[in-house]
Amino acid sequence: MVPAPRKCRRVTSLSIRPVRKLTAEERTMTTPQPSDAAPASAFGPLPSASEVLRETAGEAPRVILTLEHPPAVPLEAEVISPDRFLGLSPADIAALPVFHGKRQCRLEDFFTVEVVAAAERSGPVAPWIEVHGDASRVKWLGRGMSQGRLSVYGAAGMHLGAYMSGGAIEVFGRAGDWVGAEMSGGTIHIHGDAGGQAGAAYRGSSVGMRGGLIVIDGSAGIEIGMRMRRGTIVIRGPVRDFAGLQMTGGTIVLLSGAELRTGAWMARGTIVSLVPLSLLPTFGRCCLYQPTFLSLYARYLQPFGIHLPHGHRQGFYHRWIGDRSVPGRGEILVWEPQP
Amino acid sequence: MLRIQGGQVYDPRNGCHGEVRDICIGEDGRIVAELPPDAPVLDASGCLVFPGGVDVHTHIGGAALNFARGMIPEQHRRAVPIYRTTHRRAGLVGTTPTTFATGYVYAGMGWTTANEAAVPVLSARHTHEELADTPILDKTACVLMANNEILLDLLEQGEDERARQVLAWYLHAAKAYGVKAVNPGGVAGWKWGKDCKGLHEPVPGYQRVTPARIVAALARFCDELHLPHPLHLHCNNLGAPGNFLTTLETMRVLDGHRVHFAHLQYHAYGGDDWLSMRSAAAEIADYFNSHPLFTADAGAVLFGTTVTVTADGPWQHLLYQLTGRKWGNLDVENETGCGVVPYTYKEKSIPNAVQWAVGLELLLLITDPWRIALTTDHPNGAAFWRYPEIIHLLMNADYRREQLRAIPEKARSRLLLPELTREYSLSEIAIITSAGPARMLGLPHKGHLGPGADADVVIYNRSDNIEQIFAHPRYVLKNGVIIIDDGELRASIEGRQFAVTPSYDPAIEDYLRPLFQQYYTISFENYPVAEEHVPRLQCLTPAADGARTT
Repeated sequence: MVPAPRKCRRVTSLSIRPVRKLTAEERTMTTPQPSDAAPASAFGPLPSASEVLRETAGEAPRVILTLEHPPAVPLEAEVISPDRFLGLSPADIAALPVFHGKRQCRLEDFFTVEVVAAAERSGPVAPWIEVHGDASRVKWLGRGMSQGRLSVYGAAGMHLGAYMSGGAIEVFGRAGDWVGAEMSGGTIHIHGDAGGQAGAAYRGSSVGMRGGLIVIDGSAGIEIGMRMRRGTIVIRGPVRDFAGLQMTGGTIVLLSGAELRTGAWMARGTIVSLVPLSLLPTFGRCCLYQPTFLSLYARYLQPFGIHLPHGHRQGFYHRWIGDRSVPGRGEILVWEPQP
Repeated sequence: MLRIQGGQVYDPRNGCHGEVRDICIGEDGRIVAELPPDAPVLDASGCLVFPGGVDVHTHIGGAALNFARGMIPEQHRRAVPIYRTTHRRAGLVGTTPTTFATGYVYAGMGWTTANEAAVPVLSARHTHEELADTPILDKTACVLMANNEILLDLLEQGEDERARQVLAWYLHAAKAYGVKAVNPGGVAGWKWGKDCKGLHEPVPGYQRVTPARIVAALARFCDELHLPHPLHLHCNNLGAPGNFLTTLETMRVLDGHRVHFAHLQYHAYGGDDWLSMRSAAAEIADYFNSHPLFTADAGAVLFGTTVTVTADGPWQHLLYQLTGRKWGNLDVENETGCGVVPYTYKEKSIPNAVQWAVGLELLLLITDPWRIALTTDHPNGAAFWRYPEIIHLLMNADYRREQLRAIPEKARSRLLLPELTREYSLSEIAIITSAGPARMLGLPHKGHLGPGADADVVIYNRSDNIEQIFAHPRYVLKNGVIIIDDGELRASIEGRQFAVTPSYDPAIEDYLRPLFQQYYTISFENYPVAEEHVPRLQCLTPAADGARTT
């Protein structure tokens, strides 16, 4: 997998130079359009997203959980995690405790458990868990996982991948609130919509997401990346209010923009938007420029089918600095394509 | 009836230091001298038998602690849950365990009595309700007095006799067991945005009242009212570098009185500022050792995240400025204040390393174990369930040296701890965790295993791992009932609450009633906590020859 790029922690005024105006000749030059085909690069062909995720699964045994009896009230199922399943027999997995409201139940009361063993390997390998069915009322899937892979075919409930530190989660459906809350590593890819507070800090905590990557192909709710310190959140669809609230680092990429008060109280970090934003008055216009680090991010996100425009032939970013009410020195980069 | 047979008994009050002896428990849940030979037997061969632990200074209930609980959801999320069973209520452990969990975890460690150290009269009703919901433990509570404006006004006018009557009435109103003084005058000053740093400077808003006058008067009143527990004092200038001078001056002012110095660790720092902060445990311990009327508890600190809760409002504001994190501040009308700041003690921080060492140094340098109790000022220095870690540090000098290596070199040079080789014996541990604090609190039926004592008995397995011994007792008995059996809660019985009811002149109510109508937000009739309101309350009438149960 392409390693996550590291931004320079501090963007000083020296490193930002307003670009010169383009000449008429340059303006008429054709700019290459982003295409779905993976571009050839000096590093060889880039892997596709599914290949990236498969790398983490390897020859792991597969545990297939099918939701037979959807819970009437939310089910707290933090046991559904490759770390907890590691080295357990199918019977052990079926007997793991879950909480249905205040009642303690067994995993098999709700799911059928099927294990497809992998080829013999020395030592246990973290399994690849598949969850089938509408798990929108199943909370805490993949909580605190550090390895392995979790695929959800259907909806996932709240707190998906919260506190996770490694491994990969892929959801072929929508996900609830608090996706990857306070996560410190690993990858979460939601193919549908997600709720609010993805990558956020839980109430009372001072730090949210500390690393890793969250990609949401659909829309997302409020307070995305609240108090995040590091890591990357990419959202393809529209995002609601308070994206990047109080963030102290990390990167949020908004491919379809966001509603109000984006970056409120942000102290550091980067929010990139490809459509114009309605910004708070406490953000100041800084310059028009083309940050070097975005080329690295573009390459990092390429396997997920995300095309981050970069290179001055395509256009430039307006850099806004704020939130000055904190006072903070975060940046919001708003894309302006070349006419 | 139960005979605990074959255990090595550590009962220092009755001169028993590890001899094999039977402990006989009678029908009424008290220790008796003899039992019929056919009485049931609990085999304790090869085990250590201790009296149940007594915590002389802890914060386990009340408005301030509840405020702190509400402020730290991030700590609760990482806390160990207790699930509900037939004889156990659900709860969370963590830095501020919930009421039921508090009882279970204390008992699970072998502690059976606790003194809630800071209760404003205004929130006494709430505190007693929480304490009533804290099972197993027997509880006492100390009421906050040193910043009470009615009392300070009387001291200002020189009406000491009336002030003593008011104090006695307040004890009655709060159903309290002792008198607590927190930063005398400083919290009253905090209402003006100020503090009391000097012991002999007037309290803001007053002409003649000084912190020295307040503590001297309160200590004298406690003596004159024959309270079983002396004045429970949190000195001025807590936490500040160089504050040992204030503490020594306070000790000089109180010379000749019985006084309990709470969390002495926080009052024994030298140096001029945070950069030069050093241990002054030797200076404090020297003075303390030569004054036998004083007692203290350690208020030791362990590294990790916790939440600090104290009535000392100005100090908490300073701590908030140091941390830049959360800060809660409460104003308790005419009585006191309160501050809450979540805090992390870090090994790499020089002031924190000094604090960690000073707590241990005081425990090692104070020669008479009967006068220093093991506490962490829960939850301020660390949660109470970390006591076994401190016991390990006290009993093993090599382990201390190993731990010292983790703290910064710069901090090591400001400590005495590297030179201290004393190691606590099991008898001394029984004194600082049980017999000593019971004597400090004036609870004659606690902290020992002689006839007449409450049958609160802990039976520990022998092990090379000291922490393991004290964190996981084999059995814990409360009033003769087996509560803990091999780490499992077998039964949960309700604890009692002890209060003192010193006699006071009924005419004092006529003096207080108009003041209440003028200054308080609640009416005088609704203010005192009624006896019926406190379940399982035992009132003691203090007298010169010892307290009498009524």
